[in-house]
Amino acid sequence: MSKARATIYGWLLLGPAFVLLAAFTHWPAIATLYHSFHSTARRNRPSVYVGLDNYQGMIDDPVFWQALINNFWYAVGTIPVSIGLALLMALWVNEKLAGRTWLRLAYFTPTVLPMIAVANIWLFFYTPDYGLFDQIRGLFGLRATNWLGEPGTVLGCLIVMTIWKEAGFFMIFYLAALQSMPPNLAEAAAIEGCGRWTFFRRVTFPLLMPTTLFVLVNAVIGAFRMVDHVVALTAGGPNNASMLLLVMIYDVAFRYWDVAYAATLTVVLLAILGTVALIQFVVLEKRIHYR
Amino acid sequence: MSDVVVEKLARHWGTTKALDGVSFKVEAGSFAVLLGPSGCGKSTLLRLIAGLESPTGGSIRIAGQDVTGLPPAKRGIAMVFQSYALFPHLSVAQNICFGLEVRHVDAAERKRRLERAAELLGLGKLLDRKPSQLSGGQQQRVALGRAIVAQAPVCLMDEPLSNLDAQLRHEMRLEIRELQRRLSMTMIYVTHDQVEAMTMADQVVLLRDGKIEQDAAPDALYAHPATIFAARFIGTPPMNVVDLDDEGRIADAPGGAGALGVRPEDIVVVPIETPGAVQARVESIEYLGADTLVAARKGAGRLVARVPGKAKIEAGAAIGLAWTQEAQHIFDNRTGRRVADPPA
Repeated sequence: MSKARATIYGWLLLGPAFVLLAAFTHWPAIATLYHSFHSTARRNRPSVYVGLDNYQGMIDDPVFWQALINNFWYAVGTIPVSIGLALLMALWVNEKLAGRTWLRLAYFTPTVLPMIAVANIWLFFYTPDYGLFDQIRGLFGLRATNWLGEPGTVLGCLIVMTIWKEAGFFMIFYLAALQSMPPNLAEAAAIEGCGRWTFFRRVTFPLLMPTTLFVLVNAVIGAFRMVDHVVALTAGGPNNASMLLLVMIYDVAFRYWDVAYAATLTVVLLAILGTVALIQFVVLEKRIHYR
Repeated sequence: MSDVVVEKLARHWGTTKALDGVSFKVEAGSFAVLLGPSGCGKSTLLRLIAGLESPTGGSIRIAGQDVTGLPPAKRGIAMVFQSYALFPHLSVAQNICFGLEVRHVDAAERKRRLERAAELLGLGKLLDRKPSQLSGGQQQRVALGRAIVAQAPVCLMDEPLSNLDAQLRHEMRLEIRELQRRLSMTMIYVTHDQVEAMTMADQVVLLRDGKIEQDAAPDALYAHPATIFAARFIGTPPMNVVDLDDEGRIADAPGGAGALGVRPEDIVVVPIETPGAVQARVESIEYLGADTLVAARKGAGRLVARVPGKAKIEAGAAIGLAWTQEAQHIFDNRTGRRVADPPA
């Protein structure tokens, strides 16, 4: 085969993947960055270069800060707890116990359920007066609470629901990692007189670190990617108390049609996610043992 | 120094009897090999002694103390696993000292023991490496090191050499034997390789289907196999065992009350007209270098003779086979057991 022919073959093989990646990933990313430096095109008013005006507008926007702070607390509230729970559940269902298949299935169910169905279930739980939580509280003579309607409780409600949904999903990764661990290690440790906690601390947990990093990165991305539940449950309200960054981007882009501002917010969101992922890799990479 | 006494030990899973009433004694400071084909229960037996599994019956005593119900750590044992069971995220030194740290041995003592083990095993330059950066033989040494620093009086090994290549296996055999003598450990060693058993053991416990077939020193096992199974399991090529007819001659058809066993090296090829020689027809010739294996058929039986050098015999030739009275082993075909030593 001549060199030119080989080159053509090469490009033809590469082509489909390259076209898809460029059209749906690279081009939109560049376009977003481009739009963030231009004004939104309106009727009779084409898009023009505005420099950092959009970014200035963002910094002056109290809703942006509210969403950022909400998102921060949302991440802090969901990530450690759901990962910790996932690890605990995985350790538990990895033991030899009766009906563990059903237990694993039960833990994984929240992940399988459609997002809107999940939101509906929790909407019922949180309903004032006759919702599940208020009925239980009623048994103890406590008064009804509008869980999703109070700025003080709404973010907490979202956090609890997210933990419920994510922990089972992360558990699967931990369970897979635990099952690929040779049982000989535990036996060797048992002969040395190593207790369960010491074994976990010295052997199991360090060997699970690659999984933890993977789950952590996913959890962080998930925390900033949350939009569907919020739209179904609260639409960011009341008074922006449950407004998260992606919900805000959705609102700005598709309700107010302010494409330039939405692009600006997207760039910031991407920057945040990229930075966090980079920090995670740099900090944790050195302490992780890959098999 | 601790002896190990196993009495009527059994491990059943439902109707499956992995181990069925096994009793034997290993003297303090001696090297015992549990030998048998796969599925004979030898690994189960070792795991029961280690305490990694619990027996359904019987007892285990180590140094006079009944340890049947004790956890592994309280039995005074160390164990080397077939897959080495090294902690992949810990360095060689950390792996070796893991047990000592867990048992809160102080740092100075830990260092002393580590240095001694590293010196014994030639691991000095590898202490900072991770197991994944070591060859199979080096990983094996680390596993040995972990067993040595524990300074347990009894050491259990579960097919420790089966993942190594032939050359390395040979070296490690000698090395493990040497270590065991030097540290005067009581060793219980599981293998399916009869060569390991013959070369290393003071005592061989041959197992089959969860029962002891024979418990003897290697030379006794070789010279006086108690059963047809033992006779055929030990030796390369294995002992010839042929059925006998009612008059005590090699039978023309299979099935007969008795069986005759002769080791290939005890058979000599003689001219066919030699008085008293068994007349047979050569089926195949296998030249091995130092000697030749001549397989010949007599009636329903097939006899292999080990002839020194390169034998000048063609396949299909009629030859005579002879052996001395002492080389004969007579077995009962129904029980599979040895009848009696041949009359001198």
